[in-house]
Amino acid sequence: MALVQETSRPASRQENVISVRNLRVGFGDRDVLKDLDLDLKRGEILGFVGASGSGKSVLARTILGLLPKRAGTIEAFGRDVDKMNEEERQAVERRWGVLFQGGALFSSLTVRQNIQFPLRENLHLSQRLMDEIALAKLEMVGLEAAVGERLPSELSGGMVKRAALARSLALDPEIVFLDEPTSGLDPISAGDFDDLIKALQETLGLTVFMVTHDLDSLHTVCDRVAALSGGKVIAVGPIDSLLESKDPWLQAYFHGKRAHSRFGKKK
Amino acid sequence: MGVEPVYLQSELQGKKLVLSAQGDWVSAHASEIEPQVESILKKRQQAERVEIDASAVKRIDTIGAWLFERLKRNWDKDGTKAAIVGLSPRYKVLLDEVAASNREPPKPQRRETPLADTLAYIGQSAAESWVDLKALVQFLGHVMVAAGRVAVRPWTFRFTSVVNQIDRVGFRAVPIIVLIMFLIGAILAQQGIFHFRRFGADTYVVDMVGILVLREVGVLIVSIMIAGRSGSAYTAELGSMKMREEIDALRVMGFDPVEVLILPRLLALIIAMPLLTFIGSMSGLFGGGLVTWLYGGMPPEVFIERLRDAISRSTFEVGMIKAPFMAFVIGLIACVEGLRVAGSAESLGEHTTASVVKAIFLVIVLDGLFAIFFAGIDM
Repeated sequence: MALVQETSRPASRQENVISVRNLRVGFGDRDVLKDLDLDLKRGEILGFVGASGSGKSVLARTILGLLPKRAGTIEAFGRDVDKMNEEERQAVERRWGVLFQGGALFSSLTVRQNIQFPLRENLHLSQRLMDEIALAKLEMVGLEAAVGERLPSELSGGMVKRAALARSLALDPEIVFLDEPTSGLDPISAGDFDDLIKALQETLGLTVFMVTHDLDSLHTVCDRVAALSGGKVIAVGPIDSLLESKDPWLQAYFHGKRAHSRFGKKK
Repeated sequence: MGVEPVYLQSELQGKKLVLSAQGDWVSAHASEIEPQVESILKKRQQAERVEIDASAVKRIDTIGAWLFERLKRNWDKDGTKAAIVGLSPRYKVLLDEVAASNREPPKPQRRETPLADTLAYIGQSAAESWVDLKALVQFLGHVMVAAGRVAVRPWTFRFTSVVNQIDRVGFRAVPIIVLIMFLIGAILAQQGIFHFRRFGADTYVVDMVGILVLREVGVLIVSIMIAGRSGSAYTAELGSMKMREEIDALRVMGFDPVEVLILPRLLALIIAMPLLTFIGSMSGLFGGGLVTWLYGGMPPEVFIERLRDAISRSTFEVGMIKAPFMAFVIGLIACVEGLRVAGSAESLGEHTTASVVKAIFLVIVLDGLFAIFFAGIDM
């Protein structure tokens, strides 16, 4: 399991860790994603935007193997996920971590046990080392050690997100998928969370796939932004290039009333 | 592989202790690295300076970084200078990050002796059963108040909901109740014939099956089935609604959850249970009759003739009167437990189990009380 990359500077970001081609996913007689292409490059933070219900989470869930696809290929770390056997698939799954929208912490385990769960299942570590690592991860995401002994139902929304992030980072993954990490957080917490993700990316050399609606996150932490509309990625690139796009949906998204305070001056 | 790879070696160079690390210090190898780190720490080598040479280390991750930090801290705490040298500069941020963590010593966890644990558990359970009883009585009061309110304003009552619930707990339970009671009736008859035949009392099988099924077994089995089938469903439904704050949502919109959710469910159970008991009892009698005919050789006409002599209307009534009370108890317990579910999935499971166990227990206790009561009034 590799962890820290050679550098995290844009120049070396050529290798695709996830590569999606002609992906089609649907429910019933409706296709949510049609012929979608997307690349996730090593070491980058990719922000993924789109209207509610446009299929952002569907794409993330399909890449993670939680939803079946109808057509297309998904390559993870250069290998087609369809051609992997069960063991190879599990090995790949250990190389990514997921932060679900609602945290998805195991409600009957304490926060510390939640973080230790992937460690316990995948590695044979001593209890002492696991305790120390769990605490180190907790502190990395900005939680106090005492929080480790609490149950998820006793945490606030922001703490749940942080604890869930700590769990997704437990195995030092190469990629983390974040599904709306800052939704439901106050602007200060959301800002802290952005800083945290940036810091972790730099420290651990993470590649981050972030589904978000948070215009501030897009602007401050994302290296590239991909916009989903009509089941396709209509634009991908640095935020500034998307801001200049002539696409009506992007215009509305980035230059609407909500976005005005943030990006309006640039126009 | 044969030989375990060496990750850490120590060498005393004059007053300097050199620890040379090599290989990949990553989580996959952590179970091998940690013992090597610990065995070096155990030697308690003293030196003026400690150098941790990591120049031969190819990769590290958080766990590897932490193990370096653990090494370093061991000497740090004695005031000996320890330094990590030769590690690729790109790992510096990670090392700094790890060095900042785990600064506070972990609080020792209090462990009780098994005996104290057991005693504490018994005490807690005893105290909880008192809380349970209070909660039940309180809830009963709440239901009564809600029922009273609805009685005054009958147009606020949710008939659609009741009909829907009757469909779920009554109508859809019919096949399984019919099947189970048919089998029970058949088994009772078979056992009766087998044992009664020895002293020539075959015909009394009809009395036994008739009285048992109509008076006791019918309503008991149906109650137990409903407690397991519908009581548990009520608890799980209300419990997960509680967990997702749906019940709070109702409350802040000015609805009384008892009136909206619980009253229709209770009423549906009270209506469905006597019907199911009736259907179940008939099915039990049919099963008994079939076995006495096929296995005992008693023609159906004779069976019906004897049944008419053996049972009176009160036998049937006793069974039917009990049914709505059983339904009320099952529903009440199920709803109380559902509303007591707290945040975790475990708690949901716990309360669903408690709902079924308590409901069955109370149904049997209630049946005993009814037996005393009916004996008292000669029914």
